[in-house]
Amino acid sequence: MAQHSEKEILEGLGEIIDEIAGVPAADVTPEKSFVDDLDIDSLSMVEIAVAAQDKFGSEIPDDQLKDLKTVQDVINFIQK
Amino acid sequence: MSTTEVVVTGLGATTPVGGDVASTWSALLEGRSGITTIDEEWAEELPVRIAGRAAQDPAELFPRARLRRLDRTQQFALVAAKEAWQDAGAPEVDPLRLGAVVSSGIGGILTILEQYDTFREKGWRRVSPFTVPMLMPNSPVAAVSLEFTARAAAHAPVSACASSAEAVADAIRLIRSGRADIVIAGGTEAAIHPLNIASFASMRALSTNNDDPAGASRPWATSRDGFVMGEGAGILVLESAEHAAARGARVYAVAAGAGYSADAHDIVSPDPDGQVRAIRAALDDSGLRPEEITHVNAHATSTPAGDVGETVAIRRALGDAAADRVAVTSTKSMTGHLLGGAGAVESIATVLALHEGRIPPTINIDELDPEVVVDIVRDKPRDLPADTVAAINEGFGFGGHNVAVAFRRV
Repeated sequence: MAQHSEKEILEGLGEIIDEIAGVPAADVTPEKSFVDDLDIDSLSMVEIAVAAQDKFGSEIPDDQLKDLKTVQDVINFIQK
Repeated sequence: MSTTEVVVTGLGATTPVGGDVASTWSALLEGRSGITTIDEEWAEELPVRIAGRAAQDPAELFPRARLRRLDRTQQFALVAAKEAWQDAGAPEVDPLRLGAVVSSGIGGILTILEQYDTFREKGWRRVSPFTVPMLMPNSPVAAVSLEFTARAAAHAPVSACASSAEAVADAIRLIRSGRADIVIAGGTEAAIHPLNIASFASMRALSTNNDDPAGASRPWATSRDGFVMGEGAGILVLESAEHAAARGARVYAVAAGAGYSADAHDIVSPDPDGQVRAIRAALDDSGLRPEEITHVNAHATSTPAGDVGETVAIRRALGDAAADRVAVTSTKSMTGHLLGGAGAVESIATVLALHEGRIPPTINIDELDPEVVVDIVRDKPRDLPADTVAAINEGFGFGGHNVAVAFRRV
């Protein structure tokens, strides 16, 4: 499976989060917390995880999703 | 015994004939139909290819991300509720004294069907995590309660096509009981989908007058052949008279009272006896005498079975003297049948008839069914009799639900 660059993943997450949660892609930066900074609730996180899987091909299991607090956490998970 | 008087202080609507109350009301007075051809490909194989699409697509009024978690019934309800709330002067009220009673006859069926398609095509992980909070029949009232921070109560009476007449009736009781000072009340429906059209068509309940959409909904016409499905919402702001007076609110009408009954007769076929009991109960509840009712906005949907029987029920309930002078109309001839939204939209029409002194016409009656036993307002609007005290809106639903709501002039 092709490895995605950090920049590529960040842009992709920005598009997904804009579409699903209405947060402008430009506000989606690595240090942001989904809950505290981007105001994304747990149900939207489920949608974001599924969309990220479609885009980047790496499944995020439910038991690990709850540990992904920041955008950087998701980037690291996808690059793992 | 003193009863808390309840008044109507705000109106909101989004219907097949207009995106708000003003445009809806002017279309009704002009006798303009909102029924059009369904131009989607899915309609091609169906026997019914006409419907009353909302004049204003609600999806254009919400941010994209918000739409992902709002069923179309919720969108309509929020649009109408926002209009009604502004119309009422956006009152300041303690959230614990603000209630919501908003119905849908069917609930979020477009969400159910769309998500089932997704499930079958793509598997369970692609099913939206918002499916449940969108498909619940209480999802519209939940959305309204959240939007306006209504914490006294949030109810969603479900009684098919009587649902939102029942919501208005329940809202009157909620205020009378002392549990709320203001209640946002009404109903919504969004069910134009091939399965729903097929389901009603399979009952032979829908008009198949596909070549003449604007002429298809024709309550009391000899040639009527079924109802036309519409979509949209109506919301009324009901308020205790005391609360409204204290803030100097404009009052459209008094929500004088309501009557309920159940047929226990047949799951779909209406029973005039049940309708008579509901109308009489509404008179009792509102302290009105039959001769004080000069106008009825009827349930009449344009079905062969229902329309004539309703006029018989009106005559029996009011008695001959009062029935001889009552002016009856069916605004469904223009909006189509909004199912769970019908009672609220038609309560709004009833309130405006009292407030404006004009009764909207029933259109499309080429030849009046000779078995109709009351005076129908046909083709052109009519002035409400000057000595009018009150008017009634009727809503009946599959399952044998009957509701009559009485409104009195201020």
